[in-house]
This record gives sequence, C-alpha cells and structure tokens, in this order.
Amino acid sequence: MVQQTLNSSWQNVLTKVTAWARINSPWAIHFNSGSCNGCDIQILATLTPRYDVERFGIKLQGSPRHADVLICTGPVTMQARDALLRTYEQMPEPKFVIAVGSCGLSGGVFHGCYNIVGGINELLPVDVFVPGCPPRPEGIIYGVAVLLEALKAGKRPEPIQWSGGGLDGVLHSGSGLEDHHG
Amino acid sequence: MTADTNKFVIPIGPQHPALKEPANFEFWVDGEIVTGASVRLGYVHRGIEKGAEARTWTQNLYLMERICGICSHVHATAYTLGVEKLAGVEVPPRANAIRQLMAELERIHSHMLWLGVAAHEGGFDTLFMYSWRDRETVMDLLEKISGNKVHYSANLLGGVKFDITPELAAEVHKGLDFLEERNRFYLKVVTTDETFIGRTRDIGTMTTEKAEFLGAIGPTARASGVARDIRVDAPYLTYDQFPVKVMTHTSGDLHGRFIVRIHETFESIRVIREILDHIPQGDLTTRVPRRIPAGEAVSRVEAPRGELLYFIASNGSEKPERVKVRTPSLCNWSTVLSLAIGLKLADMPMLLSGIDPCFSCNDRSIRLKRGQQDPQVWSWEKLRQYGIEYYR
Repeated sequence: MVQQTLNSSWQNVLTKVTAWARINSPWAIHFNSGSCNGCDIQILATLTPRYDVERFGIKLQGSPRHADVLICTGPVTMQARDALLRTYEQMPEPKFVIAVGSCGLSGGVFHGCYNIVGGINELLPVDVFVPGCPPRPEGIIYGVAVLLEALKAGKRPEPIQWSGGGLDGVLHSGSGLEDHHG
Repeated sequence: MTADTNKFVIPIGPQHPALKEPANFEFWVDGEIVTGASVRLGYVHRGIEKGAEARTWTQNLYLMERICGICSHVHATAYTLGVEKLAGVEVPPRANAIRQLMAELERIHSHMLWLGVAAHEGGFDTLFMYSWRDRETVMDLLEKISGNKVHYSANLLGGVKFDITPELAAEVHKGLDFLEERNRFYLKVVTTDETFIGRTRDIGTMTTEKAEFLGAIGPTARASGVARDIRVDAPYLTYDQFPVKVMTHTSGDLHGRFIVRIHETFESIRVIREILDHIPQGDLTTRVPRRIPAGEAVSRVEAPRGELLYFIASNGSEKPERVKVRTPSLCNWSTVLSLAIGLKLADMPMLLSGIDPCFSCNDRSIRLKRGQQDPQVWSWEKLRQYGIEYYR
C-alpha cells in the first residue's frame, strides 16, 4: 500500500492521534463462522447493561469497512470460510483479530468433522485467543483489554501466560506477525 | 430459486448487522413491497451427524449439546432419552425432574433472549437492553446450578450430574419471583406500546390452516392457534407429573407470537416452582452399559422453538451407527418465505426473527436426488460447484 507521508514531525503527531483514537474507541465487527451460538450470545451480552462495553468506547457495529477489530467465533465451516476472508479483506489496516471460544482456537468439539477448517488461525492472523466453551463475557472483555494494552505500548500482543483471577483459562496470543503499524 | 432478472434483488448476509449468525437471504422488491424471497442456508453446516458416528456414546453427549448454544440442554436431553430407550434403562425420577427443571429454565432464557433480539430488530433497543439485563438473572441461576452459563452439561447417560439442594432451590425461587415481575412488565409493554403494536399487529398474519399447511411448529404455530406441544401431546421426562398448559393465540401475527412466548415464560416459571416444591427423592444416576444394544429409537422433545426429533440407530458397538437430528427452525422457514410476499421490506427483520431462527440448529445437509447419474462421493469442489449452480 502506498502511504503518503507528511514531514516527520507532523507525521508523528498524526500517528499519535490515530493511535489514541483507536485505543480509546475500537470498533468491533462480529463474525460467526459456524459456531453453535453460545459464544455469540455471550459477545452480545457484553453489550447489554450488566457488562456494557460501550462505556469503554468499544462498539459493535455492522460494516467491516468501519471496523478495527474482528471478533470471530466458530470452527470456520467450509461455506463460511470465503465470507470470513472477504469480511477480513474489507477491513481497513491496521486490523486485529480476536478468536473467541474453544472452536475458534482449534475446532473444539467439532475437531475432525468433515466440513470445518478448524481454528481461525488457520486462515487469519489471530492476535488474541479467548478460550472457553463459551467464554464468560468478562473473559471476552479481558481479551479486548489485552489487545488494547498491547496497542498502547505500540505493538501487537506478546504471547503471555496468564491464569487466576476468576478466569479459568490461559489467555495467550502470538500470531507471529511483524509489527506493521506502530 | 432462480431470480427474475427484471426484479430488484436485495441480498442480506451472510455477514449482516441484523443477523447474529450467517445466512443469506434474497428479497425481490417492487418499490418497497417484497414480491419474492429465498433463503440460502448452510453456512453453519459442520457435519455433526457424520461426526457423531466417529465418537462414542458418551462423547456424543457433548457434541450434541453443542449443536446449538441457546437450546443446548434439550438437544442433550433428546439424545440421552433416545440412548436410554435403546439401552432399556430406567432413569431415577429425581434425575428426570432435574432435567425438566433445566429445560424449563432454558426455555425462560431462550424466550427472553428472543424477546430482546426481536425488539432490537424492530428498532426498540430499550426493550432489548431491559430484557437482556433481566435475562442475566436466569443465566446466573443456571450457572449456580451447573457451573456454566451456556452449555450446562446437565445430562449423563442414565441421569444428571448435579443435585438441586434446598439452598439452590431457595435461590431459584427468588430469581423466579423477579423474572415473573419483569415479564409482567414486558407483557404490558408488548400489548400497550403503540409504536410496538404498529410494528407487530397484522404483520405476517398466518391462519391456522396455513400454519398446518406449511408445517409450522412451536410457538410460531401456537400463535396461529395450532395447539401442538410435545410436552402435552407425548409427555416425556416428568411432564406427566408436572404438566404444562399449551399456550395458544388466535391472531397469528407477530403480535400473537410475542404474547404466546411471554405466556410460555409464565408457564415455565409456574412449573419450575411446582418441581422445586415436589421434587421426587432418590438417586441421580443409574448405570448404562458402554455398548448400547442394537436397535433404533426415536425421541421427541419440545425445544423452545418447537418439536425436536432425534433418530438414533445402534449396531451394538460403542459408537452410534446413525444419529439424525430434525430441528424446529428448519420447519419454520417456509412460513417466513411465504408470509414475506406483500409485506414491506422494513418488516423483514421482524418477520425473520419472529420464528426465532437458529441457524446453527438447522444447517444440516439435505441431499436432493436429481437425474440418473448421482455419484455417492462428491469432492468439495464438485459439491461447491453444484451449490453455485443450484442457487443460480
């Protein structure tokens, strides 16, 4: 992609402003690539009054062209694969992927079924994995928070080992992608 | 499935803000009026029925539960009922009562979820937020009983995993009091709010004859006056001890479907209270052999969306020979496609959500016999090409 660059000091200011805006109000798009609905109702539950992620500026909205974060669930069925890739390609750079649920991590309970690709990271570079079947809404919010923390530091999330504190899983990431926006 | 080229076609999906799950709809419009509709399913087809043949009887319990995340307990219940019938096992009455309790709690959760989603599709986001906030109460109860919010994993082959202690029963009673009060409020909103009535009354009206003709089931059919409910027609579990009333409405429009579902929630609350007060004593599980004797069994249960049917065949080994699932959502699609004609495009989201669609349930492969040359094994590319040609 050809990027127009201003002279460096202005460019620095602009980069800072866009990073600030992105961290304070990430817009997410939700894509169900063949999950059982369990994760999807939990993602939707994060929007509703008990969890209410909109108070952090996180907004779930419809168009991939407006989205920063792709929140993806499901073991990626063969039918949904093309739609998922298309949705991802329509998102503007920089874009981040959060895989939610055990199916999104590895295919989960459907591992070995004939019509699934198995795991979102087979297709897309995933930044944060949120394990659980389905993860609790708190877990999904924590996954987004991990991503935002990493962005604040100007990089993609580092692989971390984390346990305890109410979430019974290990949240880790590591897409192997170079940092191409910081 | 072939669209008239002169018509203006509006595609919706597979990724669309109004849909929480992937499906593709095409509406042919003349101005604002819909003149034709088609649906393309299959985005959530995972191959579960085939996958079930490669897993043991116990492993399948977890697979079947994950057919659908909203009505997961009824799927597992239908499966266990079928397997227990094959094995000739008598399940302790207490276990059956707990299964019924979970199923009814799940119905409350599903209907409140639907109320929110349907209101959201109608642009009534306040009701969406309220009903989902209150739905967390029933989710909490389910979590307290089972340890998980969505897939409760209550069933075992031959029983249930956990007991209802008196402390839990008291908590459930407390939660139900709150839910009953809130649902009275929702009934009032749904029946008196002028804007809401404007969006629902006389929209998508289906007569009793049409509902019978199109094979509608569940609350969709009951809102058209078809008094059909497996819990009453063919009682399973402990539904003969703790009976429920069939809730019907005569209007047949979207408004009637709201009223039927809210009344069903009240009925569920009533029957849960009855179970908690008169729960039979006894064991929670009984022994089921690892190999299930050869045979075939059909089990029917009433899911929140309608009748759910399982056909299970065993060849006497550790794995099932065939598991066939027939879910309610698929049966109701024809009602949407036929009622859509003549309505405004703006009514489509409400009409779609009116049947409480659950795509993850209904995406199973259907093989259509066409022509003489019909090979049994198809490559992915060939199947894909067939799909493209079929829908062209």
